[in-house]
Amino acid sequence: MLSPQIIDLLIKGLIDTLHMVAVSGAIGTLIGLPIGVMLAVTGRGELLQNFAFNKVMGAVVNMTRSTPFIILVVAIIPFTRLIAGTSIGTNAAIVPLTVAAAPFIARVVENAVREVDRGLVEAAQAMGATPFQIIRKVLLPEALPGIVAGLTLSAVSLVGYSAMVGAVGGGGLGDLGIRYGYQRFLPEVMLAVVIVLIVLVQIVQSTGDLIARRVNKRNLKS
Amino acid sequence: MITLTNIHKTYAARGGGAPVHALADIDLSIERGEVFGIIGRSGAGKSTLLRTVNLLESPSSGSVTVDGVEMTALSAAELRKARHSIGMIFQHFNLLSSRTVFDNVALPLELAGTPKAEIRRTVEPLLDLVGLADKRDRYPAELSGGQKQRVGIARALASKPKVLLSDEATSALDPETTTQILHLLGDINRRLGLTIVLITHEIAVIKEICHKVAVMENGRVIEQGPVFDIFAHPNHPTTRSFVDPVINRGIPDSLRDRLSPQPGLGSNPVLRITFTGAKATTPVISAISRQLNLDLNIWHGQIDEIQGAPFGTLVVEALGDQAKVDAAIALVKENNLGVEVLGHALPANH
Repeated sequence: MLSPQIIDLLIKGLIDTLHMVAVSGAIGTLIGLPIGVMLAVTGRGELLQNFAFNKVMGAVVNMTRSTPFIILVVAIIPFTRLIAGTSIGTNAAIVPLTVAAAPFIARVVENAVREVDRGLVEAAQAMGATPFQIIRKVLLPEALPGIVAGLTLSAVSLVGYSAMVGAVGGGGLGDLGIRYGYQRFLPEVMLAVVIVLIVLVQIVQSTGDLIARRVNKRNLKS
Repeated sequence: MITLTNIHKTYAARGGGAPVHALADIDLSIERGEVFGIIGRSGAGKSTLLRTVNLLESPSSGSVTVDGVEMTALSAAELRKARHSIGMIFQHFNLLSSRTVFDNVALPLELAGTPKAEIRRTVEPLLDLVGLADKRDRYPAELSGGQKQRVGIARALASKPKVLLSDEATSALDPETTTQILHLLGDINRRLGLTIVLITHEIAVIKEICHKVAVMENGRVIEQGPVFDIFAHPNHPTTRSFVDPVINRGIPDSLRDRLSPQPGLGSNPVLRITFTGAKATTPVISAISRQLNLDLNIWHGQIDEIQGAPFGTLVVEALGDQAKVDAAIALVKENNLGVEVLGHALPANH
């Protein structure tokens, strides 16, 4: 059986994980969503075709995405210190998580926006819509089911990434599993951590799927 | 209403090949209130041509004028404003799946910054017009193809345009629905005096609602004029290939085998008499046999109606000597009907 202290640690770890995932997911979305839309609309033959922007932004996104997360955490410690004032703790861990989440979200948003039928953009142009109106009234609403699915995927990935920020004292369930389950050799703690993480991911995924289904009006039964 | 002058559209070929001429030497003039059809096979350039009218495709050279406004001279902002008075409907409808029927029709008004109350006052009568008032809160996924196109038409009319562009609007629909949609378009043309430019690869669409037609091939307009004239006298082989299946100008193969270009022993001339317009009802056959005492053996015939005017052809074998045949030809011409000698029929046992 788990001792009350361990249960307290599990609850605190869960709260820390939720805190890190929620904040980095939210800020990552604020940064990644516009970048993803811009990447989609500046591509070849798209609404605001702009090779220079597309290539540079694409390269920045790829650079971040190709860096293994554990390396990223350590590599940007000076930046983390600049933003969070410290490089240790849950708040500090949010910085690398956000840096990893934003480009990931940008790519999933880009894909979702690209999926929108070109004919809809053409129809809006024929109505005299401005590029901004096309993004707001056509591309974003039509891409919403894909964006929701992409954000769900990002949240699940963030849960996984958050387990690594124990390396910088980030706390959370992953850190608990490593320190108590592995280093102190308490297999029951490791098992509890894994079960809580599985349940958490299931809840995130099911909620995301439910929302994506709700906003998707493409396959309605008549 | 719409004037296209000397339109060219050239794409640079990928990989440095010869440039592609999507459109060349296009001159078209479309009158107010007209239903103007552009027909051609896929790749003929008709879709590109339609898109130059609202400048979704900008021509490499030439000018486009719609309702007195030279579209090709407008700034981006002016062009967007000019597009409010040009509606467009599409083969695949291009409705927003995330919006209800009402909100789809309201979209062009929202884009133009129309107040909510006025949007409702405009959209609701349009839904009545296209017969979808009961579907206003449905999503496109819940509608049939014909219903989707009705939403597309209502949406195109929402900004009270003067011109409606139709891009193969019935090509994805079954024949019955096609007829309904064409009737709706014809009705809108008459009731609202809307100028309609449509492109299609189906000659039946042209026959059904167009007043004038342009035939396209390889980026050029090869023939244009009133639908009746083009159907009655197609000049270009491509035009003929479009017209022939619906207006059977030919003669059956079994009879063609008996036809020889030169007169032979015991042969009789075979004439094709073309009935057009008001003269189509002239009793010329009985006049020939009565006045000239010339018997006509009817081989083949067809009377059809194009744009409300009768049109037909009759292929006859004239059973008489050359003098009588010449007199018969003169008589037909006197009645302003078309006549041509197709050949000479050899006796059946020959």
